Amino acid sequence: MDTSERAHVVLTADDIHRAVRRIAHEIVERNHGLDGLVLVGMRTRGVPIAQRIANAIQEFEGQPVPVGALDINLYRDDIGSPDRAPHIQPTEMPTDIDGKTVVLVDDVLYTGRSIRAALDALTDFGRPAAIQLAVVVDRGHRELPIRPDYVGKNIPTARDEDVQVLLRETDGEDEVRIMKLVPEPER
Amino acid sequence: MTQEPALQIATPLDARTPWTRRHLLDLDELSRDEIETILETTDAMKEIMGREVPRVPALRGRTIVTLFYEASTRTRASFELAGKALGADVINVAAGGSSVEKGESLIDTVRTLEAIGAEVLVMRHPAAGAPYLVARHLSASVVNGGDGQHAHPTQALLDLYTMRAHIGDMRDKRVVIVGDIAHSRVVRSNIWGLAAMGAKVVVCGPPTLLPAGMRHGQQQTEEPLALPHVEVETNIDTALEGADVVMALRLQKERMHGGLIPSIREYATLYQITPERLARAKTGALVMHPGPINEGVEISPEVATSLQSVIEEQVTNGVAVRMAVLYLLARGKA
Repeated sequence: MDTSERAHVVLTADDIHRAVRRIAHEIVERNHGLDGLVLVGMRTRGVPIAQRIANAIQEFEGQPVPVGALDINLYRDDIGSPDRAPHIQPTEMPTDIDGKTVVLVDDVLYTGRSIRAALDALTDFGRPAAIQLAVVVDRGHRELPIRPDYVGKNIPTARDEDVQVLLRETDGEDEVRIMKLVPEPER
Repeated sequence: MTQEPALQIATPLDARTPWTRRHLLDLDELSRDEIETILETTDAMKEIMGREVPRVPALRGRTIVTLFYEASTRTRASFELAGKALGADVINVAAGGSSVEKGESLIDTVRTLEAIGAEVLVMRHPAAGAPYLVARHLSASVVNGGDGQHAHPTQALLDLYTMRAHIGDMRDKRVVIVGDIAHSRVVRSNIWGLAAMGAKVVVCGPPTLLPAGMRHGQQQTEEPLALPHVEVETNIDTALEGADVVMALRLQKERMHGGLIPSIREYATLYQITPERLARAKTGALVMHPGPINEGVEISPEVATSLQSVIEEQVTNGVAVRMAVLYLLARGKA
């Protein structure tokens, strides 16, 4: 699908950089330090973002924060949908999460269904004291009672638009774009 | 800046063709890409098996039926465990004790199972090709859990997974399979899988236990086996030279009808994997056996329990591989 001409950039590499650093500061401020803090990135793009937040925290607090990677495919409620590639990867939990404050990290918050799956997955690993949510983009249209604690940018969107977060680690460049989806042919 | 070892981020996986197959009948129909997809999915399943409560809701509400017309411990049990770990309902039907004894045909039996909601049917049957027949008559997914002397794809997948975990890239690795080649469905599926991954396969056994068409020294063969090329050896010492993997097979006494080997003892003398023979393989070569082992026949006890042996690991990996297969097949059914 070639949609390049309809795409427009909503966050540049610098914007993303600043958003990540601000979120890092907010996480430390809100939790009064790093005690019991664990960052868990949701595969795929949540993982490099979580890693960047951890790097920023390390830089200004001088202490490392454990980072995990969560694959939610086995917890989805839309398992049979044919467009979803089933490629699943191992979940990596760096530490026991019982009694910890877990900050879930994802690129885009949309319907909230991925977060719902992530909450199920996390509870299979233990009973955190609290779970918070950090996202680079909140694009609205929630279908579940879920809200983010840390947001890079609120971007009002239409449902027929697609928000793409591109990252160096996965896509070779840092950028957030919105594009109009080409309407699918009638089925 | 000190940092924890980096988490695995890169994901070329999205670029890969998505899984679209409905059945798993043998590995000859799978591309290298598809085999890689199964093995990588197995990595994720292994992580689940390592959890305190190894259970995820991925196949909640789905029904898996195992239908076994032949004896089995590890295959049937590991499919059941795999299905349950994914949250599916698993029903086990053994041919003995079912309506098969009243004369119900194979097709009627599987149609009945489908009518009660089976979405994935795992079957083992003494007749080669039986799962193919069933697959043509069902809308359910069919997994071949072993058909006659033909194929046993999930065993070959777990063997590949185990090799890959220890060796990595299998290209040009020497995999020597020793023993009752003629009667082994495990060998056939392994040859397809190993060929797809680029390994060099050597089969070794007494001439009477090599299938027609595989003769020592012979460049084989398109016909009549239609298998990828393998090297054929009857001398075990030559075969083991430089091996990366040594896989011993069970002597299938139940499929031998008289006179193929002079005696079990003579077979053991000539073909048993002993520490002395194993010394010809590469240092640290993997020792494998699909089980069940005839103790002291195909493999000496000290080799079977040595550090080079990954026989127990094969069984553990069997559950994770079958989880991956069930997930990939059942996922497609909305």
